[in-house]
Amino acid sequence: MSTMTSTTGGGRLRRWLGNGLVQAFLVVVGLVWVTPVAGLLLSSLRSANDNAASGWWTALTSPGQLSLDNYTALLGNAGITQAFWNTVLISVPTTVLVVVLAALAGYAFAWLEFPGRDWIFLLVVALLVVPVQVGLLPVAKLFGQLGLFGTIPGVVLFHVAYGLPFAIFLLRNYFAEMPREMLEAARMDGGGEWRIFTRLVLPVGRPAIASLAIFQFLWVWNDMLVALLFADSTSQPLTVELQSQVRQFGSNIDVLAPGAFLSLIVPVVVFFAFQRHFVQGVMAGSVK
Amino acid sequence: MTTVTAPAPPRRAAGPPGGPGATTPRARARRRRRIIAVAFVLPALLLLGALVVYPVLFSVGRSFFDASGTRFVGGGNYAEMFRDPATLKAIRNSAIWVVVAPTLLTGLGLILAVLVEKIRWATAFKLLLFMPMAVSFLAAGIIFRLAYEEDPDKGVLNAAVVGVHDTFSESSSYPAARAREGHGLARAADGSYATAGTAAPGSSVSLAFVGVPPKEIPAEAKPAAEAAAAGAATREIRGVVYLDFTPGGGGKPGVVDKAERGLPGMTVEAVRDGKAVAKATTAADGSFRFGDLADGTYTVRLPAANFSPPYEGVSWLGPALVTPAIIGAYLWIWTGFAMVLIGAGLSALPRDTLEAARMDGANEWQVFRRITVPLLAPVLTVVFVTLVINVMKVFDLIYIIAPGPVQEDATVLATQMWLVSFGGGNNQGLGSALGVLLLLLVIPAMVFNVRRFRRSQS
Repeated sequence: MSTMTSTTGGGRLRRWLGNGLVQAFLVVVGLVWVTPVAGLLLSSLRSANDNAASGWWTALTSPGQLSLDNYTALLGNAGITQAFWNTVLISVPTTVLVVVLAALAGYAFAWLEFPGRDWIFLLVVALLVVPVQVGLLPVAKLFGQLGLFGTIPGVVLFHVAYGLPFAIFLLRNYFAEMPREMLEAARMDGGGEWRIFTRLVLPVGRPAIASLAIFQFLWVWNDMLVALLFADSTSQPLTVELQSQVRQFGSNIDVLAPGAFLSLIVPVVVFFAFQRHFVQGVMAGSVK
Repeated sequence: MTTVTAPAPPRRAAGPPGGPGATTPRARARRRRRIIAVAFVLPALLLLGALVVYPVLFSVGRSFFDASGTRFVGGGNYAEMFRDPATLKAIRNSAIWVVVAPTLLTGLGLILAVLVEKIRWATAFKLLLFMPMAVSFLAAGIIFRLAYEEDPDKGVLNAAVVGVHDTFSESSSYPAARAREGHGLARAADGSYATAGTAAPGSSVSLAFVGVPPKEIPAEAKPAAEAAAAGAATREIRGVVYLDFTPGGGGKPGVVDKAERGLPGMTVEAVRDGKAVAKATTAADGSFRFGDLADGTYTVRLPAANFSPPYEGVSWLGPALVTPAIIGAYLWIWTGFAMVLIGAGLSALPRDTLEAARMDGANEWQVFRRITVPLLAPVLTVVFVTLVINVMKVFDLIYIIAPGPVQEDATVLATQMWLVSFGGGNNQGLGSALGVLLLLLVIPAMVFNVRRFRRSQS
């Protein structure tokens, strides 16, 4: 029956109409998704007075309101620029450390033998879901004793530890897919494990490592909770600096909106530049 | 240490002074490889041990001690958790989050994943919806603080709500207007005005109002004098509603002077025996007319809606709606994730099965309901479980979006744990107990993960 109607004019018309409805619905959904970001962007380009007097959408009809003054002021704000660099200094080393440590461990879990290997790996899988909150208090005490509390290395170490379970899980599973013959051939050739790791495993694992690195970078870049506790006023990242401004929300949109946009533009650029890797990373980490 | 294959005692003596069994070249190589393996995993395991495993154990232990950490209180903190109104509120809100957010997200993701397959710009759409996943909760929080702003002149959501509301209901309203006293209009308790005397068909009335500020007078308002002077036919009542105020002065109270304008858009009712029998809206010059009236006496009434304050929209971040509002922001962030993951599952479905069902005359809804959803069940479960775990940890979004005074209405376990331990509460015993509760709640997910992993290995 459906084959018949699909060839008649009525069926085609109905399908065309249905498709039109679907398109219209998805356009509306898309608009709903764009509007909040457009609001942030336009607000960030309007003066404090304009923001206090009217909504950002009035800028659509009177573009004269828009200027880069807020951004100029933001770049002159020592607190914000310092926080921006702190964010970089926290995210980049964390990403490198997580990737290196997880690649080593992931290879060992996949292809080397040591006592209790499988049980330890199951423990790592179990650790995937441990909420960061459980670690805050004990690690704060530990860092206090080690002099790491309030420092960038402290924040980095905490992030690395809580990023590792997922990273090891992801890379171990990826490495385990490598053909056994490939590794055995390399071992027969007399390559040491280190040589095999750097010359064979890392290049083969590049797609998974890229996904992991991007995912991890964004995760740390966007973190607020960990830094809120472990960073002090000289080591705090952009998210913490901005959240302290949220308390006076309403009176300082000319600082908050461009600040939020600054903190958002790096991840969004990374996302669009590496979207395939990012989506894969998120999907692989969907159990986290 | 267990596998010495060749019984060769003489050669053992010649070996290097290592451990027993490490003498043959094969065993030595095996031992070497084992040391390398341990060297590979050790840095990661040390960090995990010191910063994840040890804290979990510490928190469990700490949760049995009081705030200062000196006195053992057993399950005291856990009992306290269910007594203290603030933590109880957090538990209740967390329950709402965990049920509502993953369900909505999975449903929305499923619908969008199915629909997006039918359009040509699917990739662009997926990218757009996925993009918020890259954005921090902080930035998303600020974005939505802006969108939820209560003043409809600033918050886009309330601007839209007020716009829709005003399209469907009378928007021309004069909240500040009041009748000129002593000129025939009496105010009722509900805020409406009615003529004190009665009018019969064939007569006309002039209803004088004052107190309307210039900016509330609609631009289309015209002088009312001409309409006020027009006589009424036998079966009708005519009249004007006007602003009894001459700009620049000189007008007489209660009289429609030349410069005085009508108030357009007022709703006027003719009332007989307490029932409204006719209804009219004033024109640009403030005039109205009830035609075809039966004989009798009427009062003319202006319902209270004419004088109600303008609709100001919804208080999104007030105590009542703050949790749904923040869940809304969460949907904005995570819908793309659910959609892409379910979409991947969808593209792996056997096309033939779907086609066969369509050939057999099943319509799209039946295909969706009977075939797509059941086949997708494993993917939907993974999405749902993932979302539950992530929802449980939601912290930043609530911390940022809920305004200070409303924070305690929006609190969940994760924010409460923070407040109790660090944000002034400084009760690390109770804080640890909340952390452990959080951990207990994700243990089903932990078991799910481990099971799924072991199944994938066998």
